[in-house]
Amino acid sequence: MIKTFRSGGIHPADNKISADSPIETVAPEGTVRIFLSQHIGAPATPVVAKGDRVKTGQLIAKAAGFVSANIHSSVSGTVTGIDATADHLGIKKDAITIKVEDDEWIDDIDRSDSIVREIKLTPEEILKKIADLGLVGLGGAAFPSHVKLSVPPGKTAKYLIINAAECEPYLTSDYRVMMEHTEELMIGIQILKKAIGVPVAYVGIEVNKPKAMEKLNALISEYRGIEIVPLRKKYPQGGEKQLIKAVTDREVPSGGLPIDVGAIVHNVGTTFSVYEAVQKNKPLIDNVVTVTGKNLPVQKNLLVRVGTPVSRLMAIAGGIPENTGKIIFGGPMMGKAASNPDAPTQKSTSAVLLMPEKESHRGQPSACIRCSRCVQVCPMNLEPYLLKRLSERKMFDKSETNSAHDCIECGSCAYICPANIPLLDYIRLSKTEVLKMKRNRK
Amino acid sequence: MNTILSTVIVLSSLGVLLALILYFVAQKFKVFEDPRIDEILDILPGANCGGCGYAGCRAFAEVLVKNDDISALLCPVGGSSVMTKAAERLGKTATVKDPLVAVVRCAGSCGMRPRINLFEGAKSCAVMATTYSGDTGCSFGCLGQGDCAVSCGFDAIRINTETLLPEIDDEKCTACGSCVKACPKFIIELRKKGPKNRRIYVSCVNKDKGGAARKSCGAACIGCTKCQKVCAFDAITIAANLAYIDHSKCRLCRKCVTECPTNAIRELNFPPRKQEIKND
Repeated sequence: MIKTFRSGGIHPADNKISADSPIETVAPEGTVRIFLSQHIGAPATPVVAKGDRVKTGQLIAKAAGFVSANIHSSVSGTVTGIDATADHLGIKKDAITIKVEDDEWIDDIDRSDSIVREIKLTPEEILKKIADLGLVGLGGAAFPSHVKLSVPPGKTAKYLIINAAECEPYLTSDYRVMMEHTEELMIGIQILKKAIGVPVAYVGIEVNKPKAMEKLNALISEYRGIEIVPLRKKYPQGGEKQLIKAVTDREVPSGGLPIDVGAIVHNVGTTFSVYEAVQKNKPLIDNVVTVTGKNLPVQKNLLVRVGTPVSRLMAIAGGIPENTGKIIFGGPMMGKAASNPDAPTQKSTSAVLLMPEKESHRGQPSACIRCSRCVQVCPMNLEPYLLKRLSERKMFDKSETNSAHDCIECGSCAYICPANIPLLDYIRLSKTEVLKMKRNRK
Repeated sequence: MNTILSTVIVLSSLGVLLALILYFVAQKFKVFEDPRIDEILDILPGANCGGCGYAGCRAFAEVLVKNDDISALLCPVGGSSVMTKAAERLGKTATVKDPLVAVVRCAGSCGMRPRINLFEGAKSCAVMATTYSGDTGCSFGCLGQGDCAVSCGFDAIRINTETLLPEIDDEKCTACGSCVKACPKFIIELRKKGPKNRRIYVSCVNKDKGGAARKSCGAACIGCTKCQKVCAFDAITIAANLAYIDHSKCRLCRKCVTECPTNAIRELNFPPRKQEIKND
């Protein structure tokens, strides 16, 4: 049976035009800028200084606290500075700049192509390794993986769900990992299962990826305790809470975490990096980035070192086409338009999307006609039109009683609105204000 | 006849009984309210702007009546004249404070700070600030969507359509502070109105290092400390690559204005300078 979440959802055209482009490795070159804060939580503390020589895979910044992540050098070369650098949103954050010289790796990393099948480490060792090697969730939010895997006392993990939905249009990085690194992915799932001690893992995958599903199914007899759950193609199927609802039919309570219903969700990219970290000792220094756009001459899936300027990736895909309206970091639904095309990639950068000029502009907003379509499509059962009005009037206490903080920012409401009202813009403001209020109350 | 009589008797006794109950209840649950509150309320401007820090004029009047020491309180709209009047009525003393006015500390007009991208989202600075750093290279400057103008209850702020910066009408501004709260970039500040409305302030909030600040905006303070050195009254402090003029110390000598290499220091309402005669 094909499962899905119950309320809301939209059906944008999936546009997976880069699906058949195999992953290409981009050799490091020029300079890379590695942000100290590429994850949710405290920014890491640098352990190198200007002028130091670093090797690929070397620790360059240490996690500051439990909810934080280590950062490793993605290239070998000389540190030329640690200063404020604008990210793709123009927001200045501290970054370590490294001038690339050769590609000399530290010795501990197994760089061979052979697949290591036997899992030798104990669950505690696996967790430690994941924390040490700086793994974060590659689904978008970049939540430190070891925090997600550490089950708080009093809670038990019952479901391990691997998020292979990739519901966001255009994105194909997870799909390519599934196609080309199927076995490594399976081992990664077994490692995660061992780490949290669950007998079965569920792989939630949308039905628009039959080839990937076939590949996974072929290996199921070899790797026991993995169940493939076909999901209906619907956005935001890959939202953590929507995926849990679809796979387990459980609902994460308002303001709660997936572990409150016994679920732990990791996406395909993260699972693959878990395999590389635990079996090959490789820190999270590169990730697959889809470079796509209808006007681009070639569609690419590139294995990119963290900190590579996006302008370089676009140059590899044939340069920025003339009639490009927007460069988006991530997919068209949840991604954010870049104000700076030279911004470096981060651990969680999944795609660079170049939208043609005529598709990239928003429509002129007009008055709300009370059609309630935003309410129908909201996967979190919120009332976007109401939250927008409250936000406009700065009635943030009422926004809280109307659960603005539960918004997952999927953008379905703004997508469906026939009056082109920027609903999500306002809800995002409410959300930040409500979360601020909640923090101050503590 | 009998029916009419009994009706009248029953109803009037009922009336008297209820009146007695009401009288005793009113005596028992009486809330004493100082009659001066209403008098003070008449003195206050009645703008209900919240600039005093209390929820409207009545709440402020209550505080004025209740507190013995009202020297720290101020109605920004009425200013010192209203405060002295209220203090006289209450037999208390109000300290005379210099009138304040809002200033916009950003000079990043379109010419100084070209737009490098286009913002298409909701027309609101607060929304824009949650999304990204803004449509210019400067991540500290004015976003130009006009949240301050919307928040102003006195119609004192307008967005100039050419510079895309807010402009404040000194005559209308009451220094209630609602624009200060509305600005997500903390650009607007309440400063001393000054004699004859003369004011000097650093019209920039960019905390980037000099080079980066200059690159993003032609009118940015680059933290060069020249103004600090020339100031004879210790009024200028430099923190995080940004100069700040303390308006309580500044004596309006205008030396810093000419010293500033980027013209980030603004002088308002001064007479034109005398042309220096150069002997070559």
